[in-house]
Amino acid sequence: MSRAPASESRRPADHGAASRTAHLVGGTARRALPRLLVLVLALCAWQLAARAHGSVYFPTPARIARHAYDLWFSGPVGHVFLTPPAVDTILPSLGRMSAGFVLAAVAGVGLGMLVGRSPRAYALCDPVLQFARAVPPPTLVPVFVVVFDFGTPMQLASIVFSAVWPVLINTAEGARDTDPLRLDVAAVLRLTAVERLWFLLLPSALPRIFAGLRLSLSLCLILMVFSELLPGTANGIGFALTDAQSRSDLLTVWAVLVLLGALGYLLNTGLLAVEKRLTGSRTRTHEGSRKGRTT
Amino acid sequence: MLRLDSLSQHYGDQPVLRNITLTVPDGQLLCVVGPSGCGKSTLLRTVAGLLPAREGTITIDGTPVTGVPDRLAVVFQDYGRSLLPWLTVRDNVALPLRRQGLRRAERRAEAERILDRVGLTGAARRHPWQLSGGMQQRVAIARALVCRPSLLLMDEPFGSLDAQTREDLEDLLLEVHRTDGTTIVFVTHDIDESVYVGDRVVVLTPGPGARVALDLPVELPCPRDQIGTRGLPEFVALRTRVGRAVRTPSPAVRPATPSGGRT
Repeated sequence: MSRAPASESRRPADHGAASRTAHLVGGTARRALPRLLVLVLALCAWQLAARAHGSVYFPTPARIARHAYDLWFSGPVGHVFLTPPAVDTILPSLGRMSAGFVLAAVAGVGLGMLVGRSPRAYALCDPVLQFARAVPPPTLVPVFVVVFDFGTPMQLASIVFSAVWPVLINTAEGARDTDPLRLDVAAVLRLTAVERLWFLLLPSALPRIFAGLRLSLSLCLILMVFSELLPGTANGIGFALTDAQSRSDLLTVWAVLVLLGALGYLLNTGLLAVEKRLTGSRTRTHEGSRKGRTT
Repeated sequence: MLRLDSLSQHYGDQPVLRNITLTVPDGQLLCVVGPSGCGKSTLLRTVAGLLPAREGTITIDGTPVTGVPDRLAVVFQDYGRSLLPWLTVRDNVALPLRRQGLRRAERRAEAERILDRVGLTGAARRHPWQLSGGMQQRVAIARALVCRPSLLLMDEPFGSLDAQTREDLEDLLLEVHRTDGTTIVFVTHDIDESVYVGDRVVVLTPGPGARVALDLPVELPCPRDQIGTRGLPEFVALRTRVGRAVRTPSPAVRPATPSGGRT
């Protein structure tokens, strides 16, 4: 007897959830549409202008897309449609970049926590950090070429040494901004150093850490390409770029540029998704606590 | 037994507390009242071992307080900041149990038991920011009780709650005190609350350099009740004495001696 009302009461709830989802999807589409519209308009303008101009140096986007597809994405299903040149070009670059990004993130968060938690270390390190951050990252590459010679170690060092600063500085700031009352709470609960780090300092600093990671990620992409432009590289997206340039293959140069843009966009979207997942409860915190206080 | 012996505290050159001597027997609920900014919170932070005493000593059962003492718990006024928003209610409450070497399931079970006790059955898996202010402060109280403290410090815990919620939580506190017999130091600026809740009320003089202005036992019948107790003539007489002491104009005019007899 008790089952019937339960299933009955579930039905309107399900219906509500479905309509909510539909509403949500509709809302997302409505918000995404204007942005897509601008993109589509820009592509159309580009297409028309390039066609009217008819220059070899400025191919139409349709030709670029077609070329990129033939070059990289017309492979067998088993290889996720990647052609052998794509595997040789994109994967090594992505490998260097992700290795560099992970190293920079781990080192940046670790050192940032150390520097941020000690006022003295912060005061001592701040000028050095500001200086290190102010140096334009690509200018360090020649230094690393001398230290490491050409090759992957040099490329990794360039990426890590450029990308580590935003994470480090932001993490240090985040750790410094930890609510003093929460530090008192941690002291009163007598959390161990590890517990304090895991349950208080890292979650508190997380929004700042991600701000640093986003900056780092774009630096990683820049440095990955830049370090591959130098001699001594036999694969990678940067190499494909210089190689095509030396063969006056402008179509491939454009295809590489589009590929880099798409890659940067995808990686950033991925990072944002991770951030949203990790800091979801945090962003709703402010809403929640305000609501809590007024009721 | 908690003993404060000639305790003084400063911020820089500014004296905050001057020569405070108090003995709190086991199981007493002591209310500390004073005008805002007189150093009540500083007193509490010093007892909690969060601030080193500038002069004088604090002992708990004869052991001097140098760091945060064992079996001490604190409830702060600002529940929104004192709870960790990224943990669920249950994980917030279970956090102090980690150091007791309990397994995860045991910690959770214990946390849920305490949550039942403070009237939060069913809120275990929610996040603090999904609860009302009064419920959040109940979570903070549960977190304080979960380690079975022998000394509980409360820093204006109900100061930012509405009147109805505040009365409910006062009664919850009295119930906890009656069943557990925990020694409680309860800081408040609310005179009525101090008399309603306390076994004893200590009034501090206005700062800088607060001293004990009045030390008054509260001999009201227990269990107390919001309507009945507050209507008793003894309650009114006590709150008048405390109120007069809080409003004493200047510590320079009326020095350290308790002036309770003058009401």
